[in-house]
Amino acid sequence: MQSFPTSPNVSKNPRPPLLSRKTKDGLGIALFLAPALILFVLFLIYPIIRSVYYSTFNWNGLGPATKYIGINNYIKILSDKVFMQAVQNVLVIIVCSLAIQLPLAMLLAVLVGRDLPGRGIFRTIFFLPYVLSEVNAAIMWMLLFNANPQRGLINGVLVALGLPAVAWLADMRVVLFAIFITLTWKYFGFHMLLYLTGLQNIPTEIEEAARMDGANAFQNFFYITLPLLSSPIRTSVYMSVLGSIQQFIVVWIMTGGGPVNASETMATYMYRFGFVRFQLGYGSAVTIIMFILCVIFSLIYQQLTKKPDYLTGL
Amino acid sequence: MQRVLITPKWMRKAVPRFFQYLILIIASILIFVPIVILMFGSVKTTGQMYSRPYDIPNPPQWDNIINILTTPAFWGMMKNSLIVMISTTTGTVIICAMVAFVLARLEFRGKNFIFNLFTLGLMFPINVAILPVYFVLRQITQMGIPLINTLIGVILVQIAFQLSGNILILKGFFTAVPTELQDAAYIDGCNNFDFFWRIMLPLVKPSLAAVAALVMIVSWNDLLVPLIVLNSNTLWTLPLGTMQFQGQYGQDLALISAFVMLSSIPTIVFYFFAEKQIVAGLTAGAVKG
Repeated sequence: MQSFPTSPNVSKNPRPPLLSRKTKDGLGIALFLAPALILFVLFLIYPIIRSVYYSTFNWNGLGPATKYIGINNYIKILSDKVFMQAVQNVLVIIVCSLAIQLPLAMLLAVLVGRDLPGRGIFRTIFFLPYVLSEVNAAIMWMLLFNANPQRGLINGVLVALGLPAVAWLADMRVVLFAIFITLTWKYFGFHMLLYLTGLQNIPTEIEEAARMDGANAFQNFFYITLPLLSSPIRTSVYMSVLGSIQQFIVVWIMTGGGPVNASETMATYMYRFGFVRFQLGYGSAVTIIMFILCVIFSLIYQQLTKKPDYLTGL
Repeated sequence: MQRVLITPKWMRKAVPRFFQYLILIIASILIFVPIVILMFGSVKTTGQMYSRPYDIPNPPQWDNIINILTTPAFWGMMKNSLIVMISTTTGTVIICAMVAFVLARLEFRGKNFIFNLFTLGLMFPINVAILPVYFVLRQITQMGIPLINTLIGVILVQIAFQLSGNILILKGFFTAVPTELQDAAYIDGCNNFDFFWRIMLPLVKPSLAAVAALVMIVSWNDLLVPLIVLNSNTLWTLPLGTMQFQGQYGQDLALISAFVMLSSIPTIVFYFFAEKQIVAGLTAGAVKG
């Protein structure tokens, strides 16, 4: 047990390290931490360990896991074409998000800007999809993507323009694109909000000074604004990649990972094996692979950007 | 002559402003299209949905909406969602505030370890963790504490996965309260926990509201946890009910539209009232980083 000083020495140390007056405060601290720690250990730490264990078994969930198979599940997953397709799809979603969704969010954030009359209204509108549930967003877009031009608005517009209708959710070549549009609609507002808040923290004087020195709008954006937004950009890239790795609900509702695994993500793959086919050992191994990917990405990313983005608390 | 050459400031700004608004308005329309189509669909018959799917419904057909609103199942889902949302939010805010306070304001052995432990949680999102979580719920249920197929199971898991992020947000707010206040409180005879309840909590109330608004949205919209925890349809929450409804009546586009519309309304209303808090919560740490 740690001992506590009887009173904080204010004059010597502006921020006394030990503020508790009574030893019983040690117990108090424990009580304050207990509920969170219990839930955290029970539902995060223990399950990870449990999963590592189960991932070495061929186990269908009925009765105890007895068929120990070592790392065979992992070998099977990594040599499964469908899993590799899922990884590839996730990579495509990540690349599209970083190359299209985030720049779009940035463009709209800059346009909404700092002093535009009515900016509040635009912000409210652009952020609205983010607060709607993923289920509802997915169903709304299923209505729009309906293959029949008589029923789906998007094909209706294409046909009206003299273009052929597209079977958005049933065509292996375009299904991922349709999913990506839905995800962009749902999530770009979040990224825009991060940039917008960042923009508000840049003093207008800096840009004005640059303008007086002869910088045009583009120079101003690329040399002044963008570097000053590096912090929200870092956060938004991190959130976008992590969100893509675990993408599940929208895909599961819209396509179930189909047609023929064309829109499979790692999470839908895991869900199918874990909850639909009840191959719990195999599903656990997929979980562990996803977990390792998340951790590796987080660590490398934080190393690369030299700022702990997890501290942003988002 | 010379006076004409000097273009007034508002004119120099007018052209870029025009394009600025043009793009923003087009983007706004694109955002609204799915929502408006859904609204139209919700007041059509399925026949109209098939023949003229994206016209303005004229006259509006309220049958589907009335049918759903007079179904006890819909209100049951609404009630379950509310119970889960209120419990998760209350639990998360209280538990996270306690941890954040201790981490921000007190010194003790193992503090860094505990802080790092909670940040680890950010790398293990619920979508990844769902299968292991299911094992644990099943195991606890087999031990005699029913968590599978109970709302309490949903609530506990939701709280557990809300901890990391919100502890970090609140820790930032608690750290920002000036230390002088703390010193003064101790000189006046407060102990740590008087200080927490009487001084800290009232001071960070807006931040607690921001966190609460955020948790409410996440909990209300959550589908995955209810999906794996709840079997009996009397316990379904609104998103889970929506998903099952879509599976069952997927072909009845008008009915689906009405259902999705009705289940979106609470979120939209809440958003318009609590936008400030939601935005504050989301951007809390992002700017500081």
